Amino acid sequence: MTMPFYVAPEQVMKDRAEYAQKGIARGRSLVATVYDEGVLIVAENPSRSLHKISEIYDRIAFAGVGKYNEYDQLRVAGVRHADTKGFAFSREDVDARSLANLYAQFLGNVFTHEMKPLEVEILVAELGHNGRPDELYHIAYEGTITDEDRFAVLGGEAETIAERVAESWREGWDVRAALLAAVAALAGPERTLGPGDLEVAALSHGNGRRAFRRIADAALVELLEGPAEPSGPKGKKGGSKSRSGAASHALDEGALTEPP
Amino acid sequence: MGLPLFDPTEDPGPDFAALLRRTAGRPVEARPAESALRVPHATTVVALRFADGVVMAGDRRATEGYSIAHRAMEKVFPADRLSAVAIAGAAGPAVEMVRLFQVQLEHYEKVEGVSLSLEGKANQLAGMVREHLPMAFQGLAVVPLFAGYDPSRGTGRIYTYDVTGGHYEETDFQATGSGGRDARNTIKLGYKERLPRRDAVMLAIEALYEAADEDAGTGGPDLVRGIYPLVAAVTADGYKEVDGAEVAELFNALIDRRRAERVSGGAAR
Repeated sequence: MTMPFYVAPEQVMKDRAEYAQKGIARGRSLVATVYDEGVLIVAENPSRSLHKISEIYDRIAFAGVGKYNEYDQLRVAGVRHADTKGFAFSREDVDARSLANLYAQFLGNVFTHEMKPLEVEILVAELGHNGRPDELYHIAYEGTITDEDRFAVLGGEAETIAERVAESWREGWDVRAALLAAVAALAGPERTLGPGDLEVAALSHGNGRRAFRRIADAALVELLEGPAEPSGPKGKKGGSKSRSGAASHALDEGALTEPP
Repeated sequence: MGLPLFDPTEDPGPDFAALLRRTAGRPVEARPAESALRVPHATTVVALRFADGVVMAGDRRATEGYSIAHRAMEKVFPADRLSAVAIAGAAGPAVEMVRLFQVQLEHYEKVEGVSLSLEGKANQLAGMVREHLPMAFQGLAVVPLFAGYDPSRGTGRIYTYDVTGGHYEETDFQATGSGGRDARNTIKLGYKERLPRRDAVMLAIEALYEAADEDAGTGGPDLVRGIYPLVAAVTADGYKEVDGAEVAELFNALIDRRRAERVSGGAAR
């Protein structure tokens, strides 16, 4: 008769956590931040079709880093949960908090009971309404859930990137300032990221019922590089804020400072 | 409500109705009924193509037998950004069908990352009408009218349905409901290719006016309460309801014109 080796639970958990962290660290990171019109999510993602950021419901967005098939499965489950709930009750009854809790429970369960933990970190963001602030729920591979009120960073180098974002973060900044800071934080001092390396989306009050919009192609280039006209005042401080309800994310004339 | 995760071999994919059957069960089940139930019925809806897309309009009356159940019912709904659906038939199941259809289109779009084609949306709706057939046999028929802007062709397209889920694409215009015949004839007389928006809205309004004139189940404009038919236009820019004030203005112009015609012509029609 063979006796199975005894492995201390601490060791099992440690091994699993290490395994998941390694998997997550292989992927690129992601930054989400609140800005004057809602929530902006910026991911480093060279693929145009395999998205890291997606729409869940009217005011809820999802973002994931790590293993694509695993977080995509979670994304689809989230869409299903939200749509079923909204259909059975009312659209107003769908909220990010309960979805984030479900994700956390699921990830926690998989982490303790399954052979292999999920190698993902996910973010559930909800656009504030009726006087409620924007919500950012950051859920780690083992089911730890944190709620952030300014910004969240997901991925392997989260700590370093979060430090960079914290330095430049300002209350009520506009979409361009937020985007440039997020891109600079993701890139770090040694690299530069162009529009081709980025996936950007926003939950914005100006977008109507479905607040989620991708910012891609020309709109993204325009935001990153500044106004098209050559005489545009670049690097001027203090952009004119809030263009009420404009669906486009084209930028204001007075652009904020470029990243270093 | 748990997290709806499925085994890859049993995954319902982007089909919201299939998902509902899995998780919550169908919301509406057919039950045998001996006599015809008295439920609110919805009545005349029209759709016609114009230069930039399609115009869709519906009266606001719902009847229960010989009495009026509701005066301000809405029968034209946005299905998604680029399409609209209008309903005729038993109001309860019809509105429920529209609700399911709306969620289905959005669900597909979110799960798959792209919208269904207009043809695909029309087929989806056909499936829902077909599933509803047992209820139709019991007198609770739902007959929708579907129209939208097809970005791949750059035109508006209209689909009609029958109770069995059969659906047919119309070339220029269509009307359904108990006053559909009168509405259709009115549009037929005034229809031209590539009408400007305002003319198309006017024609839809005229069609509803004529339908209300001939059909007891179709409501005309309610000048006292200020309830006018609901008109919407779907173009490349999306679904947009025509402003109530504009509809009222066009209706009043129509009524003034009819009154003037009666006075000058002298014929009692």
